[in-house]
Amino acid sequence: MSDRAPSPDRARLEVHGISKRFDATLALSDVSLDVRAGEIHALVGENGAGKSTLVKILAGVHVPDAGRILLDGREVHVPDPIAARALGIAVVHQEPRLFPDLSVAENVFLADPPRGRYGAISWREMRREADALFEQLDVRLDAGAAVRGLSMADQQLIEIAKALSVDARVLILDEPTASLSAHEVERLFTIVRRTRDRGVAVLFVSHRLDEVFALCDRATVFRDGKHVVTAPIADLTTADLVRFMVGRAVTLFPKAEAAIGEALLEVRDLSRTGAFRDVSFAVHAGEILGLAGLVGAGRTEIARVLFGIDAPSAGEIRLGGRPVHLGSPSAALRAGIAYVPEDRHRDGLVVDFSIADNITLPILPRLFPRLLVHRSAERTLARGYAERLRVRTTGVEQLVQALSGGNQQKVVIAKWLATNPRVLILDEPTRGIDIGAKVEVHRIVSDLAASGLGIIFISSDLPEVLAMSDRILVLHEGRIAAEVPRSEATEERVMFAATGQVAATLPVSAPATRTGAGGGDA
Amino acid sequence: MSEERAAVAAEQPAVPSALARRRAPLAALARWELLLLLIIVILTWAGTQISKYFLTGANFANLTSAVMEVAIMALPSTLIIIAAEIDLSVESMLGLSSAVLGFLWAAGVPLQLDIGIVLVVGALGGLLNGLLVARAGLPSLVVTLGTLALFRGLAQVILGTNAISSFPAWFTTFGFDSIPGTPVPWTLVVFAVLAAAFWYVTHATWVGRQIFAVGKNKDAARYSGVDVATLKTALFVVSGIIAALAGVILTARFSSARADNGTGLTLTVVTIVLLGGVDINGGKGTIPGVILAVFTIAALQNAMRLAGVSSEYQAVAIGLLLIVSVTAPYFARQARLVSDRVRGGRHPPATAVDPGEVIP
Repeated sequence: MSDRAPSPDRARLEVHGISKRFDATLALSDVSLDVRAGEIHALVGENGAGKSTLVKILAGVHVPDAGRILLDGREVHVPDPIAARALGIAVVHQEPRLFPDLSVAENVFLADPPRGRYGAISWREMRREADALFEQLDVRLDAGAAVRGLSMADQQLIEIAKALSVDARVLILDEPTASLSAHEVERLFTIVRRTRDRGVAVLFVSHRLDEVFALCDRATVFRDGKHVVTAPIADLTTADLVRFMVGRAVTLFPKAEAAIGEALLEVRDLSRTGAFRDVSFAVHAGEILGLAGLVGAGRTEIARVLFGIDAPSAGEIRLGGRPVHLGSPSAALRAGIAYVPEDRHRDGLVVDFSIADNITLPILPRLFPRLLVHRSAERTLARGYAERLRVRTTGVEQLVQALSGGNQQKVVIAKWLATNPRVLILDEPTRGIDIGAKVEVHRIVSDLAASGLGIIFISSDLPEVLAMSDRILVLHEGRIAAEVPRSEATEERVMFAATGQVAATLPVSAPATRTGAGGGDA
Repeated sequence: MSEERAAVAAEQPAVPSALARRRAPLAALARWELLLLLIIVILTWAGTQISKYFLTGANFANLTSAVMEVAIMALPSTLIIIAAEIDLSVESMLGLSSAVLGFLWAAGVPLQLDIGIVLVVGALGGLLNGLLVARAGLPSLVVTLGTLALFRGLAQVILGTNAISSFPAWFTTFGFDSIPGTPVPWTLVVFAVLAAAFWYVTHATWVGRQIFAVGKNKDAARYSGVDVATLKTALFVVSGIIAALAGVILTARFSSARADNGTGLTLTVVTIVLLGGVDINGGKGTIPGVILAVFTIAALQNAMRLAGVSSEYQAVAIGLLLIVSVTAPYFARQARLVSDRVRGGRHPPATAVDPGEVIP
């Protein structure tokens, strides 16, 4: 806390000495923070550092055990979310939580719709106010349209409009970019900056350090529930932030050199109507093939076809030189393909199964051909993989839902390793997990490639794709727009292709781009 | 390098309290089964107060054989509900089975062959349910509501309002009598064998594990290579076969094949499954719990009959029991939430938590 310079500006939001305990866990210990009107203040830290607990305290979800909250110098109490709203504290959560069957305007004004005569909701007034709000944000959205079918990014913007509809004094954004593509992130940032310039105090919670540098004025780091540092962003480097977050310097993205072997999986002119067209590529043993592109460019759709979830409409898939038909995930599994899905809660894990039950689920028939499950054999096998991937757990009988996000992801990977695959497809494997766990996932993936697996690595985190991949396929609107070898891969080159720029206009020798989280020279 | 990474991992906090809470459902289930045992003991005591005949071997035979059809149908229904589906058509399949059996017997086909044909009819009816639910993706509630009417209608087409009796003695003896020298009805032996088989499959084999996985998260199960559609289809086929078998047993017990046999039994089957502690939302339940629920219902019905409670009020009691079975776990969960809130601050709904972060 000694790093905090006394500020000449008046603090809009001050938090003094907040502590919060949950049973045996001290989630927050005597933390202090201030956010000034007209600044974007980053709050960073690993999972479990206490960021979300603080956000929930400010949102009125939790009540702190000790400490004070001041708004414009006056002490306030936030016993519940309604009080937070009344005080002008608006929170935008990571996943938009809107009512899909209501209109955009209804969602924005859900809590306090404009009233007409006799107290009935004035629909015209509501539309008008929503339009005004969107105009103010410079967003083009039809206030009368239903929310269902809108992109994640548009839904995120509706959440922000909703937050600003109550004249927010403090806007808290809790990892708002987790499911956005790069240009959607840019649009969001423009709006956040505009909000800041109107004098709102913005608290921006994020895992992505490049975003913190791009957007924020000051940053505060929490570690293990304690305040580590608050400093102007100009005085910090990526390496500094990472060191503050994990307590020491770490090397990001440790992709090791591996001998590239023969082609394991070949795809020729693969198409799926409405998703992607004429996609051809090969993955070799020991190779990490990156799939980059904007959300909706067809990355996940290709992975789903390769894993037998969706059927291709044309084209050929070859494994080890022989054409294969992958009619179901179980067929893909038998053929030696494994898929770590994008949404690990929905598709990757049975969260109220134990770690062991999750790890063995795909291989039960293979493991126990006589139907009877031998618990001890199962546990031994699961323990082997859990140890190999360093899953932090009290034992493989622990329920998966009690694990942190990073450890859950390791269980998903362990589950697929247990199937002994030849090709591993990873779809956003580090989304929503903290830096420490992210580094470990990268290490695991790198080791797997070195052991001779062919890996398809899908990620929206550009620095990550650049650092991990031997080759990058860039998709744009369902087609391969570019194939970039590791030596020539830069953020600009990939973004150019991903946004559909003509290849001829590419700058041939792009200099190294601005160092984001992927710089990793710590 | 690797030590450094291990240390990074070591910094992620453990979550002891959350784990302790997650273990609770297992313990709660054991408590649920204990509760059922306690209810059986109380009902037995009440039965002896009502009638000195309650604890006799003859009454035991009566009490059990009266519920054996619903008891065996409850076994596959348990698995279907654990897989987050439901089969409402069982009582009509029972009726169709009885009608086909009577029709064939009256037409002079040997009874052994009739029984075989009836079981095939059950399998086909179950296959129809299974294909519509698992392949066409229709909700099982609607599909089996449709076949509930369809199968009963077919039964009436086949047999009309006729009643076929005059079955051979070995058949009616099987349906009605006990193993000589014991109070154990033959039909209870059938239930015992089936219950053991279902117990084994559900709790000892990976097929059971897959059924639970499908009920808890069918997407994750599918992504893990579980053939969800085939598994569900198989469950409905088994349910159809068992319902047909129940039709055979009921026909033998009544010595009468009628198209309206078994009307209303689906309610009792579902009541038994839910009373046995199976979660109507899928993913949770045990065969032992359902077996205990069978005897709870049997003792309750028998005690009410001995006490002279009219059949209308018996139906009221079963309906109330169904509602209590569904709501009791809900209220227990609410109570636990309230006590958590008092102890450790408020827990927001699971969906409101950053999925990456487990610490409350």
